[in-house]
Amino acid sequence: MTLSIAVQKKLGGFTLDVALETGAGVTALFGRSGSGKTSLVNLIAGLARPDSGRIVLDGRTLVDTANGVFVPAGRRRIGYVFQEGRLFPHLSVRSNLLYGRWLTPKARRWGTLDEVVDLLGIGPLLGRRPRDLSGGEKQRVAIGRALLASPDCLLMDEPLAALDRARKAEILPYIERLRDAKRLPIVYVSHSVEEVARLADAVALIDNGRVAALGPVSEVFAHLEAVSDWEDGAVLEAIVVAQDRAAGVTRLEHPAGPLTVPHLDIAVGGRARVRVRARDVVLAVGEPGRLSVRNRLAARVVAMAEGEGAEVGVRLDAGGSPMLARVTRDAVRELELAPGVAVTALVKAVALDGT
Amino acid sequence: MSDYLSPEELTAIWLSLKVSTVATLVALPFGIAVALLLARGRFPGRTLLDGLVHLPLVMPPVVTGFLLLLAFGRKGPLGAFFEQTFGLVFAFRWTGAALACGVMGFPLMVRAIRLSIESIDRKLEQAAATLGAGRAIVFLSVTLPLALPGILAGIVLCFARALGEFGATITFVSNIPGETQTMPSAIYALIQTPDGDAAALRLTLISVAISFAALILSELIARRMARGGVT
Repeated sequence: MTLSIAVQKKLGGFTLDVALETGAGVTALFGRSGSGKTSLVNLIAGLARPDSGRIVLDGRTLVDTANGVFVPAGRRRIGYVFQEGRLFPHLSVRSNLLYGRWLTPKARRWGTLDEVVDLLGIGPLLGRRPRDLSGGEKQRVAIGRALLASPDCLLMDEPLAALDRARKAEILPYIERLRDAKRLPIVYVSHSVEEVARLADAVALIDNGRVAALGPVSEVFAHLEAVSDWEDGAVLEAIVVAQDRAAGVTRLEHPAGPLTVPHLDIAVGGRARVRVRARDVVLAVGEPGRLSVRNRLAARVVAMAEGEGAEVGVRLDAGGSPMLARVTRDAVRELELAPGVAVTALVKAVALDGT
Repeated sequence: MSDYLSPEELTAIWLSLKVSTVATLVALPFGIAVALLLARGRFPGRTLLDGLVHLPLVMPPVVTGFLLLLAFGRKGPLGAFFEQTFGLVFAFRWTGAALACGVMGFPLMVRAIRLSIESIDRKLEQAAATLGAGRAIVFLSVTLPLALPGILAGIVLCFARALGEFGATITFVSNIPGETQTMPSAIYALIQTPDGDAAALRLTLISVAISFAALILSELIARRMARGGVT
């Protein structure tokens, strides 16, 4: 199963111009909000028309503006999981799940209600109404509803963005199971490094309506700097544990260690996202001793990518979160950095931007 | 009941209910279609259609009745057409009363349905399309059920307006007992008659009771739907 896309469409301030080919497994469309990711997914689903271009799914032409082909959304057999779920409020969970199935000819159907209910763990919800579901439950039902229409391809537009950390953690394993159980091309839109690193087989970095980079996750994330004003780095999600007003800092707890950042306006117990730029990270092997650097995260080297000139990109795993460091080739040699080596990642508090 | 009401009064009540029910049921499909057109359609003349539909709401009922007489009288262009094509005569028949009531109730019905269609999240219709639904199925399985509260409100408003309709009806089809004399016309006629006050009061009370029952019924339906999850 392959999905090949080559489309152009003028949007508000820029032109979406994307050529992309994806196969089985998860292809992530990664980029900032407003970069055109959702517009691209809507073109694939048939909810919008491109100005020009072609979309072909497994040999089936869905759009070909040159020959006047436009298959309406209802006949594309492309599942779509929306950010807000979009369950039908007037139907029960069971009827929501079966909606697409009723509309699918028997010969085309794959998977059964029981199978999907099992995969997503939504058995106890079947008799309920959508408004009685939590955010995480809604998203699981939305995924099940899309699957039961027996699609040839699944689009997921930031399915976890509206959920808090706990709900995300609840759903991610189901999406992983889905990825591993079905040989279905999945296009997964996200701006979360964490989600993409965990789920995606390939990443297309979308910037200003164009594919800025395309390839396996590790490669694309290590070369984010190639893109206009993206600076490579990583986003750490951490819990606010204290506000130190006297010192003007906020203290966070991350699985890899405590973090101190310039004051953030988030209540204690709340969740903060901290962006760590690769060039602000210092790596140390062994106990670093007395330093002014406030943040010391225990990490392990996952992979190394040769950059331009003297630089080497080092991909780290810091308590389960991916992190990037950019150091000199010289330093790599002296510290004997290699995949598997335990390091301490040091970041100055003033270099961190939290949100 | 016949101990308290004369046969003429019973006939007027029965006729009123028949005329209002037929008027509402016939208006309904047109009401939904026009509401859909006004809520969703982008076409030249949309404002004109909007104005035309609302005209009976703001014109004196006598004017509406007179225009109906001109158009749907036996010699009127539409009246002649319906008589030749369907054998349907409106002039001085109960069908004419139903037509007048339907025209008068139509704007209220369209308004209620249109508002509920406009409040539907179109993203739900898109979601239905991605699940394999064509336009007709999206309309029947998502749009229509979600517009149901507005449709029911429109039915109640149109029915109530039809029950109370007087001016256009009496102008268009006159006040013929047993054929076009609905409750309001009967009450009017009784007030004009010496010693008719008692009978007029009886019909008035019944009219109040029917209106009240319709209101309570619509409230009950609305509550049941709210419980059922239709929002």
